[in-house]
Amino acid sequence: MYRYDEFDAAFVRDRVAQFSAQVQRRLAGALTEDEFKPLRLQNGVYLQLHAYMLRIAIPYGTLSARQLRQLALIGERFDRSYGHFTTRQNLQFNWIQLKDVPEILSLLADVEMHAIQTSGNCIRNVTADQFAGVAADEIEDPRPVAELIRQWSTAHPEFSFLPRKFKIAVTGAAEDRAAVAVHDIGLRIVRHPETGETGYAVLVGGGLGRTPMVGKWVRDFLPKPHLLAYLEALMRVYNAEGRRDNKYKARVKILVHEIGIEAFRARVEAEFAQLDPQRIQADAAEVARIERYFAPPAYQVLPDNPPAFLRARAANPEFDRWVAQNGFPHKVPGYQAVTLSLKGIGEAPGDISSAGMRLVADLAERHSQGEIRVTHAQNLVLPDVRQDELFDLWQALAAGGLATANAGLITDIIACPGLDYCALATARSIPIAQALATRFAAPARQQEIGPLAIKISGCINACGHHHVGHIGILGLEKRGEESYQITLGGDAGNASTIGEILGPGLGADEVPDAIERLVAVYLAHRQPGELFVDSVRRLGIQPFKTAFNAEIRHDAA
Amino acid sequence: MTLLDRHGFRPDPFRRLPAAEIAGHPAVILPLAEVQSGLLVRAAGQRIGIDIANTLTAEEAVPLANQVDLIAIAFPGFADGRGFTLGRRLRRAGFRGILRAVGPLIPDQFAYALACGFDEVELPDAVAARQSEAAWLADLAIYRHSYQRDYARGQNILEARREARNGGAA
Repeated sequence: MYRYDEFDAAFVRDRVAQFSAQVQRRLAGALTEDEFKPLRLQNGVYLQLHAYMLRIAIPYGTLSARQLRQLALIGERFDRSYGHFTTRQNLQFNWIQLKDVPEILSLLADVEMHAIQTSGNCIRNVTADQFAGVAADEIEDPRPVAELIRQWSTAHPEFSFLPRKFKIAVTGAAEDRAAVAVHDIGLRIVRHPETGETGYAVLVGGGLGRTPMVGKWVRDFLPKPHLLAYLEALMRVYNAEGRRDNKYKARVKILVHEIGIEAFRARVEAEFAQLDPQRIQADAAEVARIERYFAPPAYQVLPDNPPAFLRARAANPEFDRWVAQNGFPHKVPGYQAVTLSLKGIGEAPGDISSAGMRLVADLAERHSQGEIRVTHAQNLVLPDVRQDELFDLWQALAAGGLATANAGLITDIIACPGLDYCALATARSIPIAQALATRFAAPARQQEIGPLAIKISGCINACGHHHVGHIGILGLEKRGEESYQITLGGDAGNASTIGEILGPGLGADEVPDAIERLVAVYLAHRQPGELFVDSVRRLGIQPFKTAFNAEIRHDAA
Repeated sequence: MTLLDRHGFRPDPFRRLPAAEIAGHPAVILPLAEVQSGLLVRAAGQRIGIDIANTLTAEEAVPLANQVDLIAIAFPGFADGRGFTLGRRLRRAGFRGILRAVGPLIPDQFAYALACGFDEVELPDAVAARQSEAAWLADLAIYRHSYQRDYARGQNILEARREARNGGAA
C-alpha cells in the first residue's frame, strides 16, 4: 500500500499545526463560529448531538495493521473503546472532545493517516472497490489513481470552497462494487475498444440525498495522462456555476440536471480545451512511483482449493458456510479475499471495539500481508489470505465474535448512525437494523433468502444509501413520531437504480413485519436461482406494493 | 476597508469613485457599469480598476481586463469560492494587472487566493480588526509544499519529487 514520503509526512504535520492554531484562534475569538465551521469540517470534526465526532479518512478503504492498531488506541484513549466504519470507507469516533482533536490528528500523522477533507464543501475522501488489486474481474487496480486524486485534491487552492461536498469513486473491475454511479464523479477504468489502452470512463452527477440521481456519462474514454486536467476542468465548471442559493440544490447533480448533460459536457470540454494536461498531470515517473506501492505482494505458487482446506470445509459446516458466504475469489490460485462482517446479529452496523480492531490487525499480519480493507457496506476485508490458512483465521475470528457468515445477506444491513448520534437525523437507524437482523437471524433462513441488501438512513441526506438498497428504509419524523418510508428495487451496482416508494410510512415496530411480507412475495414468485432484486425487476413493484400495503392499518392508509 | 498583500496590511492607493469624478485622482476603481465612460476620460498615467461580481463570466470579463490596471472580484461571503475560479480564469486569459479579492475572506484562505492569481485582499474593517496581520501572513508559511501543479505558489510536491529523482536538492 501507499507509504508517505518526506513530503506527504511534512504535509500532514503542517496540517496538524494549522488546525491546532485554528482551534486557538477560535478559542481566542479571532475566528467566529461561522468562520471556524468549514475549517473544522475540512478536518473531519463535526458537532453532533452529544459530543464532537471525528471522521478519519481511510483513503480508498485501505488500512495497514499498524494503522488499525493506532485507531484502536485512539478509541481507547479518547472515545469509548470503539469506532464506527462508514459508507464512505471512513472511520468515525463519536465521543470526542474538541480539545483532544489536535493530539488525535498528531497520533494519526504518526501512522500516515489524517482526517483531511472528510467533511466540508470540498473534494472528499476518494473511495474505491474494496477488492482492488485482488479481484479476478479487474481490468486494473484503481488504487494508484485514487491515491493520485487524493494528493491532487488535498488542500486544493481553487476547490476548497465549493458550492457543496464533492465525492469521487473509482473502480477498475467489471462489476461495480464502489457504487460509482451514485457519486459526484464516478471513474471506471476501461479499455479503449480499438487500441486496448486503459483509460477512464467518466460519470458525473450521481448522488443520493434528497434528490437521488444516477450519474450520467460525460466522457466515454479519457486517456490517463488527461485525468487531472479533465478533473480540474470539471471542478472549475462546477465551482463557477453550481448553485449557491440553496444548499439542497448545490450538488453537481442539480447543475447537470438543470442545464442537461449535453450542455454540461460542452462546458467541461471547452474548459478542458484551454488547459495543457501536461502542466497539470503528474509526470510518468511520479505515476510510476505511486503505482509501485500497489504492486502485488510476493504470492506463493499454490494449488487452488488444497485438500486440507476442502477437508476442513467438509468437516465444519459453519466454517464452510462462512467461506461460501464471506469468501471472495482471488485472482491468484490458492488465495482468497474474505469479508469480516461487522454486522453481528443485534450489533450496531459498522461498529467495532478497540479489542476487535487489535484482533483484526494481528490476524491481518498473520494471514493477509498486514493489510485490511474497509468496504462501503461497513465491513472489513482481509484481501490476501491463503486458503490453507482460512480455517485458522476463521477460528480466531469466531473467538472474537467476528466470523458472522452474512456478507451480502439480509442481515448485512447498512445503517447510518441515525438519531442515536447524528445532529441531522430525523429518526433512529441502528435499532431498526438490530430488529431486522434479529428477525432474520436464523442462518438457514438467510441462506434461503439469498443476497438482499437492506440499507437504512436516519434522514433524507441518505448516508445509509437507502435509495440504492434492494430494500431501502428512510427514517423520518412525522408529528413527533419516527416514521419509516420503505423503498424497493434500488441497486448500487452496474445496474444502478433508485428504489421506488412502496406506501405510507411505518412505525418502527411495524418495519420487521413489512419486510417479512416483501420477502414472502419474493420467495413465492422467484424463479430458480433468481435473486431478490432480479425478481423485483421481473415482477415489477406491484405485487410487493400490494403485499406491503395489505396489512397497514394506520391513519395514512 | 483594509488592504492586505503578501507583505501585510498597507494603504490603498485606489479610491472608489463614479466615472464623472475621477479627474485628478491617480488611481480609481469604478463600478463595472461606468468603466467605458471612465476609460474615455482617463488621464495619462491614471490607473483605473473595476469592481466585478463573482458571477461575471470570464468571457464577459476578458475584454475589459486588457484595458484596466486592477480587477476587484467581490467575495460576498468567505465560503463563496467562485472568485477563486474567476481569478484563475482571468490570469489564464492573460490579465497581468492587479487582481484584488474584496470581501470578508479569512486568513486561512490567503495562500489559496494568491495561488489562484490574486495579489491582494480588501477586507471589511471589522474582519481586519479580528484577524491580525500576523494570522494572514502565517497562512502563507504553513505548508512547506503543496500538491497542485500549475498554480501560482511556491514549490509543489510533484516538482520537488522530480528534482529529488533527478538528483537535485530534495
